[in-house]
Amino acid sequence: MYRIRLFAIRHSRSFEWIYKRLESVMVALDPVLAKIGYDRVERPVAFVEKCVKTVLFDCKMCGQCVLSSTGMSCPMNCPKQLRNGPCGGVRPGGFCEVKPDMKCVWALAWDGASRMKGGAQIHTVLPPVERNLEGSSSWLRVSREKAAHLREAREKRRTAIADAFPDARANEPSAAPLAEEPAQAVKGSK
Amino acid sequence: MDHTISQPYSAPPEGHVSHSRLERVLRSGRFAITAELNPPDSADPADVYEAARPLGEVADAINATDASGANCHMSSIGISALLTRAGYSPVYQISCRDRNRIAIQGDVLGAAAMGVSNVLCLTGDGVGVGDQPGAKPVFDFDSLSLLRTIKTMRDERRFLSGRTIKNPPQLFLGAAENPCIPPYDWRPERLAKKVEAGAEYIQTNYIYDVPLFEKFMARVRDLGLDKKVYILAGVGPLASARAARWMRSNVPGIHVPDAVIDRMEKAEKPGKEGKKICIELIQQMREIAGVSGVHVMAYRKEHEVSAIIRESGVLASRKR
Repeated sequence: MYRIRLFAIRHSRSFEWIYKRLESVMVALDPVLAKIGYDRVERPVAFVEKCVKTVLFDCKMCGQCVLSSTGMSCPMNCPKQLRNGPCGGVRPGGFCEVKPDMKCVWALAWDGASRMKGGAQIHTVLPPVERNLEGSSSWLRVSREKAAHLREAREKRRTAIADAFPDARANEPSAAPLAEEPAQAVKGSK
Repeated sequence: MDHTISQPYSAPPEGHVSHSRLERVLRSGRFAITAELNPPDSADPADVYEAARPLGEVADAINATDASGANCHMSSIGISALLTRAGYSPVYQISCRDRNRIAIQGDVLGAAAMGVSNVLCLTGDGVGVGDQPGAKPVFDFDSLSLLRTIKTMRDERRFLSGRTIKNPPQLFLGAAENPCIPPYDWRPERLAKKVEAGAEYIQTNYIYDVPLFEKFMARVRDLGLDKKVYILAGVGPLASARAARWMRSNVPGIHVPDAVIDRMEKAEKPGKEGKKICIELIQQMREIAGVSGVHVMAYRKEHEVSAIIRESGVLASRKR
């Protein structure tokens, strides 16, 4: 899948366009999804998302997709899972410190971002991954988050993350989510 | 008993974020010196003090490394606490490799309470290069989210959970940068991102390729970053051509140009030549606009640090 991933990064501009369309569809669907219940659609949507994104991006289903801010190069493929750019160990030629046969995910990310319209988003400081959201659908989260952009947060803890990372909240809201999470999307909450 | 640890919690000087000596030196425009301490494989405080002594003579702050190269040694928080007791000013290095957000935020408060006033936020080398490659890598934070988190703790007085911190840690926030390795074009941009995340000073990795570093610094000045962050250039004496080659191929993120290795190879006394190269590098760094100091990493050559700094003449203008 490494090759397809490289292909996706080479065509980051096109994938950005597709993602933008997908995003507006998801946001438009928010009322419908809310009516059916995000909890009910969580599993099937997550399944489809996993299939599509695993093929294209070697997706690891972190649940907080930030591809638009990382040049369409999935940062979860970085052995250190860095969310904010390359570490100090990149090898000559731009290869990974930990997996010398693989191109540095972040060297590719900057490369991909340079071709994207919204490539400057790579400058956004992103918060750490919320590990209890692993496996959940990022697409549904985008739909909820963008739609609930102005809705007041109820949980103080999550407001703190969004406040500490304001750019991330603005550019990649699902990285610093505020909307209410359906029980199905959060590990260990039943 | 030294009084540094029993000092009451007090506000930092006007315009400062901490009581750090390093911060005072940098803000006053003097050329700053920091030095890395080689952490002992020992539980005896005397071993820490012995390693600190030759560094303390010249350094404004002493870096306590956090299992660098993923090799296990005395912890950085332990070394930092010992150093503050003896009146030294440590730089408490925090790597994201070994601890999660719960541990790190707690340690930051603990370190500050023990008198630590500088931290250096690092990603950390992968576990594979170290002495225990089977260890579980954590990487809950990365260096940038760590910076932003400590900044939030300090300035907003709360944990990342939103819970209030009664008396926040007063810390001068640092990060690392590695200007001489790929992706070269993006290194200055990444520095900008670190500044955005909260970095107030930067200590770079070893720099042996001055032209490459000058190119980096030119871009840094174009971005106006030299006005926003203090940059300390990383230097260190090489032991021999063989050691340099070994370092280049075995330690992540070290770039030593062939010309430097050639020079080491031709030298009659490689140890002396390494020291000489280091002194020359420090003098060159001083001339580069936007460089506020040097960070000396003299692995297994700590005893030479004081002589290197004195011979370089960078402290000549200091009243001591």
